[in-house]
Amino acid sequence: MRSTEDLKKIASQVRRDIIRMVSLAKSGHPGGSMSSADFMTALYFGVMDQDPASWTREGVGQDTFILSAGHLTPMYYSILARAGYFPISELATFRKFGTRLQGHPSIRKGLPGVFQAAGSLGQGLSVAVGMALGKKAVKDGHTVYVLCGDGESEEGQIWEAAMFAAHHKVDNLVAMTDVNGQQIDGTTDDVAGLGDLEAKWRAFGWETIWADGHDMDKIVEAFGKASELKGKGKPVMILFKTVMGQGVDFMAGTHKWHGSVPSDDQCRVALNQLTETLGDF
Amino acid sequence: MKKYTDRGKKDTRSGFGEGLLQAGKADPKVVALTADLKGSLKMDAFAAEFPDRYFECGIAEANMIGVASGMALTGLVPFAGSFAEFVTGRVYDQIRMEVCYGKTNVKIASSHAGLTLGEDGATHQTMEDVALMRVLPDMVVINPCDWTQTKNATIAAAKHDGPVYLRFGRPKVADFMPDEPFEIGKAYILNEGKDVTVIATGHMVWEALKAAETLEAEGICAEVIDVATIKPLDTATILASAIKTGAVVVAEEHNMAGGLGELVAGVLAATSPKPVEYVNGKDTFGQSGTPSELLAAYGIDADGIADAARKVIERK
Repeated sequence: MRSTEDLKKIASQVRRDIIRMVSLAKSGHPGGSMSSADFMTALYFGVMDQDPASWTREGVGQDTFILSAGHLTPMYYSILARAGYFPISELATFRKFGTRLQGHPSIRKGLPGVFQAAGSLGQGLSVAVGMALGKKAVKDGHTVYVLCGDGESEEGQIWEAAMFAAHHKVDNLVAMTDVNGQQIDGTTDDVAGLGDLEAKWRAFGWETIWADGHDMDKIVEAFGKASELKGKGKPVMILFKTVMGQGVDFMAGTHKWHGSVPSDDQCRVALNQLTETLGDF
Repeated sequence: MKKYTDRGKKDTRSGFGEGLLQAGKADPKVVALTADLKGSLKMDAFAAEFPDRYFECGIAEANMIGVASGMALTGLVPFAGSFAEFVTGRVYDQIRMEVCYGKTNVKIASSHAGLTLGEDGATHQTMEDVALMRVLPDMVVINPCDWTQTKNATIAAAKHDGPVYLRFGRPKVADFMPDEPFEIGKAYILNEGKDVTVIATGHMVWEALKAAETLEAEGICAEVIDVATIKPLDTATILASAIKTGAVVVAEEHNMAGGLGELVAGVLAATSPKPVEYVNGKDTFGQSGTPSELLAAYGIDADGIADAARKVIERK
């Protein structure tokens, strides 16, 4: 287990990668990538039992992760590359013609670490539930993790999956929601009246954990609690309270950076605010 | 002409149920999912034999497709079933992303397809499902014609590595095909003829054989081809027959748009154009009625096929 200080350094580098990938590609989704960067770094570098060298799409004998909010590829690819799934230098190809780093995750280009396509929202939770049931069927005791957005939770299929997973006691599943409170057209409450997510998940029969998604100690603690709940008959939802665009002052807390690209000047300013680095791609 | 005997009326969905049970016995990785339609999909025997491999999904088809794709990732072979409309139109996007683009080994089990669903009416009688599934890259589309072929096609689908759309129906119809392994991608020539080629799929195959008997009495010798696999299409068999007879009828319990008729016409137009007549729905919805009433009303039956054959021969 890495120290929280190490995890913070990696998360800072992931944010630098996000800014630089989106700037280079002149497209992509930085806002949610930055809000989810801290807890996703903790997941891959401190929680999951996974080995990039022996990765297969079947995920046998390893913990697996499904990205449901498929637009969060800048964060996802940075973490996969930094974890050793493919060369860090490949991050420079994000969204470019011929790349393995498609705008939204694809299994068609042979990118290691990616289990399933995502992009059309609301579907990945069902996939993760199926994968968790599959792991039980093939007697693999590992855990399936999945990340949804709070805006994504407006999709009806999320709640179909919620009901199904509780009914079938899928207790080798840890779902996470990045509760940054923002979506393309505004705040989640203004756009769709998302309301009390924790009450909703509890009503659907899930264990819920709330955590500050930018406090590395609290994040690690939340994953620890989720781990203790494994095998006890209920699926687990960790609701990470976060800030869209976290880490760069002019990007933080607004839906305007959901899918916007920083200018060259803004990119420089942003990188100056993310000083911890492991070496850029 | 070659004689086919109806061994007794049976529904193709029961052929699916038997095939699923046999596939499940042969391969422990085969699992079944349904959205509150276990009885309608004839999954009861599988569920009783393999309770741990049967997953009731409730009335939530979108989730069912996603769960099936996730199960497939771990090496399982899921059959996810519902009525044809609800397992295609309702979940087109899920099948597109999770099953086809995501290349997962999921079998879509689609029952009660077409007008012969009957009394429930147009909301449940999809005439568009083949079109929706055909356009998806990497999807195999199979529409077997009787109980025996559906059973064997189900067993073949379980062995095929990749997405399959398996379409079958509700009513009891003639069971006449030989009990032999199903070859995905093969068109079966059921009767050799020289005057006209009748290409049929699903329930229309028996109707085509009946039409061929009628035509034979009039001195017309019809070649009858069972195109059980709509995609990939056996173009070689279809082309060879069309070139031999010089006239083609296509019969399907499906609308014109995106169906087998358009597909065959496209193949002919690109290689060896021949006159084609279509026995299918023309941009239409169905309505309540018995299966035979509906097929007669829409002209999608043996009489419709015989009429189309006479007409297309005149156009040679």
